[in-house]
Amino acid sequence: MKILVCISRVPDTEARVAFTADGSAFDESGVNFIMNPYDEWYALVRALELKETFGGTVVVAHVGTSVSDPVIRKALAIGADEAVRIDAEPKSADFTARQLAAFAKPENFDLILCGKETIDYNGAEVPAMLAELLDLPFVSHAESLELEGNEYSLKRPIAGGVEEVKLEGPLVVSAAKGMAEQRIPNMRGIMMAKRKPLKVIPAAEGVESKTAFVHFELPPKKKAVTLIDPENMEELVRLLHEEAKVI
Amino acid sequence: MSVLVFAEIQDGLFKKTTKEAVTYGRKVADMLGVECHALALGAEMPADAGKLGLHGAAKIFGVSHESLKDFDSKVYAHAIAAAAEQTGAKVIVLPFSNRGKALGGRIAMRLNAALGSGVNSLPDLSDGFQVKKPVFSGKAIATIRLDADVKVLSLMGNSIAPEDSLGSEIALEPLSISPETPAVRVTQVEKQEGGVPLPEAEIVVSGGRGLKGPENWHLIEDLAKALGAATACSRPVADSGWRPHHEHVGQTGLAIRPNLYIAIGISGAIQHLAGVNNSKTIVVINKDPEAPFFKAADYGVVGDLFEVVPRLIEAVKARSV
Ligand SMILES: Cc1cc2nc3c(=O)[nH]c(=O)nc-3n(C[C@H](O)[C@H](O)[C@H](O)COP(=O)(O)OP(=O)(O)OC[C@H]3O[C@@H](n4cnc5c(N)ncnc54)[C@H](O)[C@@H]3O)c2cc1C
Ligand SMILES: Nc1ncnc2c1ncn2[C@@H]1O[C@H](COP(=O)(O)O)[C@@H](O)[C@H]1O
Repeated sequence: MKILVCISRVPDTEARVAFTADGSAFDESGVNFIMNPYDEWYALVRALELKETFGGTVVVAHVGTSVSDPVIRKALAIGADEAVRIDAEPKSADFTARQLAAFAKPENFDLILCGKETIDYNGAEVPAMLAELLDLPFVSHAESLELEGNEYSLKRPIAGGVEEVKLEGPLVVSAAKGMAEQRIPNMRGIMMAKRKPLKVIPAAEGVESKTAFVHFELPPKKKAVTLIDPENMEELVRLLHEEAKVI
Repeated sequence: MSVLVFAEIQDGLFKKTTKEAVTYGRKVADMLGVECHALALGAEMPADAGKLGLHGAAKIFGVSHESLKDFDSKVYAHAIAAAAEQTGAKVIVLPFSNRGKALGGRIAMRLNAALGSGVNSLPDLSDGFQVKKPVFSGKAIATIRLDADVKVLSLMGNSIAPEDSLGSEIALEPLSISPETPAVRVTQVEKQEGGVPLPEAEIVVSGGRGLKGPENWHLIEDLAKALGAATACSRPVADSGWRPHHEHVGQTGLAIRPNLYIAIGISGAIQHLAGVNNSKTIVVINKDPEAPFFKAADYGVVGDLFEVVPRLIEAVKARSV
């Protein structure tokens, strides 16, 4: 099996969210960057489990500059066999998806795994775009993925429940919580990662972004909490009804 | 030129998110001085499809076909893109639901369009086509510019109130599109029995580790019942098996945006807040006055939940009789 896992780099979940003075960009000063948890914990680990069962290779691909190399090395330390970095600033989802597609198309992967969304821009855009550019079926937000013969069976959430779907590969899947359990890289993995290939390839030419972030702002400050006497729940119900108008 | 809204059918009906999307689509259409059209896809059409006219659709197109019975993002996206081309739509509106998320990127690539996903307000047309969307799990708001002739917008739930006097009831018009053969087959559906489904709930009552154990969950359930609410929980509660995983909200669970979120015995860790801080009103019940959740709350009750919640249940019941 030849599996591609698309990994992205995001600010740590604890990072302070702030922007440059003119509001045009995320303020990276003092921020620790990590692999997007959906990519690391679920997509990558499930890919490794499939490889362990069926044999094959797991390739990770990332669109980004050299600042991402530590994140890519971590994917290798967890167990990916090869890594490819497409050397370009991931300006927008459409740009990123087109770059990934240009790389993936001639490689004919059996399975392409992404995370369900990046935890910074929360777009959930790249995986569907990639699937369309490669003309492959796509199952999003999958909570489990099994393979039997050439048939994949996946669970995905629906309003008020989950449904199981079956289809044949090749396909693109975006991974949600439940698909696998996080793996912590061990010393051996970290040492091995140093010897694994991290190939840097130039970005495909002529790809233009169709969307641009022009401005960021923090949401309006919340007014301070109104405390209510624990003995007087009638007052809370009254406020929810008359002031907040939510019940 | 027109605005085309994907009218998602769930369990044979148009849900609130579809009504929101049509209302939103109509407002965008008014800004552009064009018509708003709705498009329903499925094996069967809802009996009341024409009612989407009330929410602002000037026309409602339907494609009913066996191939649309199970949701296959490729088949759906190609049908929507074909409908957009046939009807001359320059703006396509989708709900930012699971399906909308699976479709947005596909449709945008199919039509060489620009995608704005999870937008929460009307576009600003004064300098190109700009829309706002929450980012960093609601901790910031981004303005994005869409630089293509065709735009795809997916609308964050609960961002706009559905209106029902923007037009009149109309008849469904079949559209001649032959959907592709799907690759995806739905083989099993597990529905949560009874209760209000969490993703769509207007009111959510949520419990954390402060409840001490699953045997105390009747407090959460009784309050939810009295309010017609759905129930949710923090991650350790689901991880300990006190509650099913589909109830877990937060960064690694569901992100919800109800009108009212009542957090009981939950500390308010940043990863929990990421899934709930877009709720319109937040009530926090916690015995620790220093619990971080109070900083994100609109109303707070500092007290022992085992005393406060029964009182609250009585007060809600007294109000509704
Ligand atoms: C990467 C990552 C992702 C995560 N994702 C999520 C996520 O998606 N969702 C999530 O919820 N968590 C998530 N977590 C875990 C999160 O950090 C917290 O550990 C978790 O939310 C705490 O759950 P809790 O508030 O129920 O429990 P606790 O933190 O133990 O809080 C219990 C609260 O109950 C109060 N209490 C106790 N007894 C009573 C009483 N009798 N009356 C009133 N109040 C009482 C206490 O004062 C306390 O504030 C994540 C963590 C990490 C590192
Ligand atoms: N720069 C990138 N390089 C590789 N994969 C990416 C990149 N950005 C996003 N992805 C993939 O697309 C998924 C969803 O990202 P997004 O559409 O940005 O929410 C991520 O979880 C990754 O799997």
